[in-house]
Amino acid sequence: MAGRALGMGGGMEPAVIGARQADGSNGSHEPAFALHVEDLTATYSGDAVLWDVDLNVPPGVLAAIVGPNGAGKSTLLKCVIGAMRPAAGHVYVFGHPYRRQRHRVAYVPQRTSVDWDFPTTALDVVTMGLYGRLGWFRVPRRRETDEALQALALVGMDAYAERQISQLSGGQQQRVFLARALVQDADLYLMDEPFAGVDATTERAIVDLLKDLRARGKTVVAVHHDLQTVATYFDWLALLNVRLIAQGPVTEVYTPEHLRAAYGPRVVLLGVGGHAPQP
Amino acid sequence: MELLALFGDFTVRTVAIGAALVGAVAGVLGSFALLRQQSLLGDTLSHAALPGICLGFLIAGSRRLEPILAGALVSGALAALLVLLLTRTTRIKTDAALGVSLSLFFAFGTVLLTYLQRHAGAAQAGLDAFLFGQAAALVPRDLVVLAVVGGGSLLVVVLGWKELKVTTFDADFARSLGRPVVLIEFVLTVLIALAVVIGLQLVGVILMVALVIAPAAAARQWARRLEGMVVLAAVFGAASGVVGALVSASFRGLSTGPVIVLVASAFVVVSLLLAPERGVVWQLVHALAQRRSLRAHRVLVDLYRLAQDHADLDYASEQGMLDAYFGGPTGHVLRRLERRGLVSRAQHMPEEGTHWVLTGDGRQQARELLTPFGERDAAVGGGTP
Repeated sequence: MAGRALGMGGGMEPAVIGARQADGSNGSHEPAFALHVEDLTATYSGDAVLWDVDLNVPPGVLAAIVGPNGAGKSTLLKCVIGAMRPAAGHVYVFGHPYRRQRHRVAYVPQRTSVDWDFPTTALDVVTMGLYGRLGWFRVPRRRETDEALQALALVGMDAYAERQISQLSGGQQQRVFLARALVQDADLYLMDEPFAGVDATTERAIVDLLKDLRARGKTVVAVHHDLQTVATYFDWLALLNVRLIAQGPVTEVYTPEHLRAAYGPRVVLLGVGGHAPQP
Repeated sequence: MELLALFGDFTVRTVAIGAALVGAVAGVLGSFALLRQQSLLGDTLSHAALPGICLGFLIAGSRRLEPILAGALVSGALAALLVLLLTRTTRIKTDAALGVSLSLFFAFGTVLLTYLQRHAGAAQAGLDAFLFGQAAALVPRDLVVLAVVGGGSLLVVVLGWKELKVTTFDADFARSLGRPVVLIEFVLTVLIALAVVIGLQLVGVILMVALVIAPAAAARQWARRLEGMVVLAAVFGAASGVVGALVSASFRGLSTGPVIVLVASAFVVVSLLLAPERGVVWQLVHALAQRRSLRAHRVLVDLYRLAQDHADLDYASEQGMLDAYFGGPTGHVLRRLERRGLVSRAQHMPEEGTHWVLTGDGRQQARELLTPFGERDAAVGGGTP
């Protein structure tokens, strides 16, 4: 059956209950994983969109969550950040519940989820990435503006800082969203379809950015839709179709059997493990 | 000025100050309602206030503003709750749910109002004035109530500015930062309801939504950032209030509320037409200028190509030939180019018709135009004769 999970398996309960742990806190849960999802089940008006999903993403990888439409990929991310309440299950980020680790996580929603005609500038949007650090009543100052400008420069958008977001192309808008995540200086980056509808220049810029994040020891978990590029852009893969089909290093998971289990028998496979697709 | 002299009149001054306050608060919160695409919620809130106004009057036994506003707020909130309930538990969509809730509460309010006017002396209290508003009924004591409620709302907006902004723009991102988005949205809805409620006495339940949406819609046309939009909407709202109050005071028989709404609508019309970048006129002018420069570029390039084909930089092309290349008359385009010093008329005695030749500047510009499109030009324009 296709429910077999590859790669990181097996729970590692803390050896000495109650003792102080390496990260200095009690009650830590699977601290070995950047993202640990346990028995996650989520429903939309009664229908299960995620069923009993166990996900273990080790730190320092570029992980893709891949699956057909309606597989629950975005829902999974929303459950992690608390934008959606799961019907059952738990989520741990570096061993702790999300609400204690918010400052270590940056979330990039789908570009189309917001109104780009909103009256604001690129710089303004990126500065929102610092709202978490600023808290409720402190306003952004010179220092925050400088940080936001630096983040915009990292995605090659510093020349567009004062541009109205409605005047940006789709790829530029996506880069603004990424800059907002970069300015959060997180350890775990959750990205919902970062490559959707962007131009070739932006796609290359995002790939470089992801590799740079990995080189700095960060972890990225991205919802991805393009089977052709997943093996070149990412090094860790979770195949999802309501249930978790497989997870692990992309070289082990990206196989015809797993992809067929996720997408059904008619999926067109190009260059998967050197095999021609079955008609 | 005669209009300003009206400020000396005590009643007029009271109404003008009240209208400015109501307009400013409505502009600020209307901006959020507009951006959250909740304009119709404002309409439902104001119509649904009517039963609350009647019950507030019944309970207090007088036409004091506080209980009436409280009643309006409560019944508005109940109507909003009904909308939420309908969309969550049934298959009715939001717009239909707003319509159902609005008509249900407004009908109930109308029944209450007509009953009260027969039996409970509401006629003397002028409760029906809340339908279209009655500015003259505004007394200085009411101004204090408006100032406290309105000022309080604005204070909440200023203090919670960042959170209101990020929640309105990107609610999921706000959630990921740990912001209590449901609470923030609830507070915002209450503030919008308050902005509606404090205007009811002046503008009435039927037209109040216009004062919430119009200044915001006008301000949206001009502003590049939310900060600018909100401030501008407040200014437009306050100006609508003051101008409306003064205009209606200077003409006998003009009801203040509708005049205020007309002034606010005038702001919208002017903004829709004239605002830079988003205005209709600006876009037309921009499109026209685009088309003109495109024509000019096309003619320059045609001239350059003809010169190239004849291996003569100073080749003089006949205007009729250019018309044929261009696919239409080029005379006006050439005369504009001539004024800019890019082409000049050439003498070409034996042949009829005007001839044109590129100047040095014109040649330079034609080359610049051709370079970035080198590839595309080769692919598309291969078939020229």
